[in-house]
Amino acid sequence: MRTSTKTVAMLAVAILSLGAVGLALGDSDDDDHEKHEKGGGWVKSRPDVAPVANATYSAECGSCHMAYQPGLLPGDAWTQIMSPAGLSDHYGDDASLADDVRADITAFLLNNSADQAERSRSRAFAVSANPTASGPGTTLPRITETRYFMHEHDEIPARLVTGNPEVGSFSQCNSCHRGAAEGVFNEKQVSIPGYGRWED
Amino acid sequence: MKPDMKTNLAVLILVCGASAGPTASFAGDAAAGAAAWTKEYPQTDGSPARSCVTCHGRDLTKPGQHAVTNKVIEPLAPSVNPQRLTDQAKVEKWLLRNCRWTLGRECTPVEKADFISYIQTR
Repeated sequence: MRTSTKTVAMLAVAILSLGAVGLALGDSDDDDHEKHEKGGGWVKSRPDVAPVANATYSAECGSCHMAYQPGLLPGDAWTQIMSPAGLSDHYGDDASLADDVRADITAFLLNNSADQAERSRSRAFAVSANPTASGPGTTLPRITETRYFMHEHDEIPARLVTGNPEVGSFSQCNSCHRGAAEGVFNEKQVSIPGYGRWED
Repeated sequence: MKPDMKTNLAVLILVCGASAGPTASFAGDAAAGAAAWTKEYPQTDGSPARSCVTCHGRDLTKPGQHAVTNKVIEPLAPSVNPQRLTDQAKVEKWLLRNCRWTLGRECTPVEKADFISYIQTR
């Protein structure tokens, strides 16, 4: 059981690495990811943020919320989030972890953080991290407060998200980005509950 | 995370191990656990008062929903979800977190034993 899980994980990592190299060769700016995904349907869309490939992370973090891909925040943001103090006041919830589990997950996040990632959308998250939100003594950094995130969502009326009982918050990526859990955030897969497709 | 499958009995012994003697700490009080389950605690951060029911519901054989993230929480009752109470580390992790988040403090070993006993009867 353990061995087969490991094998699957290694295979997944290998496949993902190949994908990342392929994308990296073609990616030169923030808009390129759209080109890669053009022509691809619902199923064919390629992840524009590397999918989560860590069973501990998926289980521990994904039990309360979507397991946000590590490529959605830079390493220093993840370091703050994963500190013991950060976890005990995790955006208002207590998400404390045993030290060994915490170390495992932190290593995974740092190895795959936005500033380590090759994929274009992750690079955008890396360069647009909001420095004002990451000073000591302030609240934890949020994906939704990065400049890139805010730029990408600035035309969405609040009533469709925070005022939408089926969504509730911009933190619920997968409520509208139907491929979010697989790392697919392109516009083609956006469907806002009670509203439908969103086209810029 | 270790997928060790311990027996419910082992979980009970280990979780309650910190209190007095093994015989005294062994049996939680399911009725006390049931009463504690619905007790509401006011929150200091402005969020509405919480109890275990807030996220897990009153009927443990039914799924619950996380009060903040809306994520579905699978039923806690071992009668419908046999995986529950089989992983000691998981039980300890959630009791620690959820007591802190809801009661505003860690639960005592007796309180934890009561909760586990209650959940076991469902």
